Amino acid sequence: MAQTDSNASADEVPEGGVVTEDPADHSVWPLWEVFVRSSRGLSHVHAGSLHAPDAAMALRNARDLYTRRNEGTSIWVIPAAQVVASDPDSKGGYFESAKGKAYRHATYYTQSEGVPHL
Amino acid sequence: MSIKKPELRAVDSPNQPITQDAHEAADDARVGWEHFQQLMEEDKRVEPRDWMPEQYRKTLVRQVSQHAHSEIIGMQPEGNWISRAPSLKRKSVLMAKVQDEAGHGLYLYSAAETLGTSRDEMYQQLYTGKAKYSSIFNYPARTWADVGAIGWLVDGAAITNQVPLCRASYGPYGRAMVRVCKEESFHQRQGWEILYTLSHGTEEQKQMAQDAVDRTYGPALQMFGPPDGDSPNSQQSMAWNIKRFSNDDLRQRFVDMIVPQAEALGLTLPDPELKWNEERGHYDYADLDWDEFFSVVKGNGPLNHQRLAHYRAARDNGAWVREAAAAYAAKQADATRGSALLSA
Repeated sequence: MAQTDSNASADEVPEGGVVTEDPADHSVWPLWEVFVRSSRGLSHVHAGSLHAPDAAMALRNARDLYTRRNEGTSIWVIPAAQVVASDPDSKGGYFESAKGKAYRHATYYTQSEGVPHL
Repeated sequence: MSIKKPELRAVDSPNQPITQDAHEAADDARVGWEHFQQLMEEDKRVEPRDWMPEQYRKTLVRQVSQHAHSEIIGMQPEGNWISRAPSLKRKSVLMAKVQDEAGHGLYLYSAAETLGTSRDEMYQQLYTGKAKYSSIFNYPARTWADVGAIGWLVDGAAITNQVPLCRASYGPYGRAMVRVCKEESFHQRQGWEILYTLSHGTEEQKQMAQDAVDRTYGPALQMFGPPDGDSPNSQQSMAWNIKRFSNDDLRQRFVDMIVPQAEALGLTLPDPELKWNEERGHYDYADLDWDEFFSVVKGNGPLNHQRLAHYRAARDNGAWVREAAAAYAAKQADATRGSALLSA
């Protein structure tokens, strides 16, 4: 397809890809994260994101954008700026304590093999 | 939209030992590069906050935003037929399809935005004509049959291109493509059905369907991009697991698919050299008119000017709505702050 030179310039790369917004600046519609519950009994799952001027519009736009084919029975919208995320630079160190702890899993215990219902 | 610029840190804080910062940055880049290489080798996904080579980021911003622009401009040829659809059913279907295209544009803009280019900036690039979109949308939809041919051939080519993109190495792009592909298959079928109805109607209707196929076939095949020999960026994109198959491979796959589909329509494809090649196990097809393709890319297609003018007008005419929504949001936010102060 058409090849033009790049649209992005190097100095626009945000730290870690997170766009920070000034909540008091309403001229730029903030980003909202959308979570959809596909049916009763299931939890809300992240579906994507969108821009909207306020919560009510975000909810309406989310309905039009993410549930055009009965994908949902309930929607949450959350300002993207409010999401608190773990630091990607910790390079797995943050999750290390779960590693090497096979004893947290049932498969660690092998003596009971062949014993029914255990 | 304000964006943090980590590389400016040394300038912002002159008191910090710059050399140590530079060492740290070099160290981060090396660790990041190794991690990125490992992800590529293991065919794993890159996520927004991972370190990635600058060129990888640029390539993706360009590709994903061009893809988004194509969905947005792509609403025009069909949108023009909504008020002229031959029945209420066809009109409802077409409205649903055009609405889907808008949705696809929004999924893709969201994906591109995670790479650090703001939504407004991308809109602006399309508005000013700096950004490109797929050349196919610079051709007019002359008759109702063109709406069918667009669905069958243009959306068909798009699906062939997009299915492998669901596995693109950049996570948000792949996820957007999964959603797009799910919705796109209805588009192709409804287009095929429009042509089927016409080709089983009067002689005149059948001719109309044939004319539309004749017009759309070449440009649809060109949607896969230039021949592999003339596509310098393809190899890098394949090394980065963004692109999974070459332009010519995808084009061949598409030709092989549409030949029996055309037969089922009772229509012919406008290529006298089109024939089954037993040895290759594929259909041979004639060279396409690449001079025309590059001419359209350069802005000399039948409707380049009109498409962009329409986009600009829509954006300009909608400005007051966006401003009013922003003003209302600001007012509501002030009122909430005010009442919070009162109750405090």
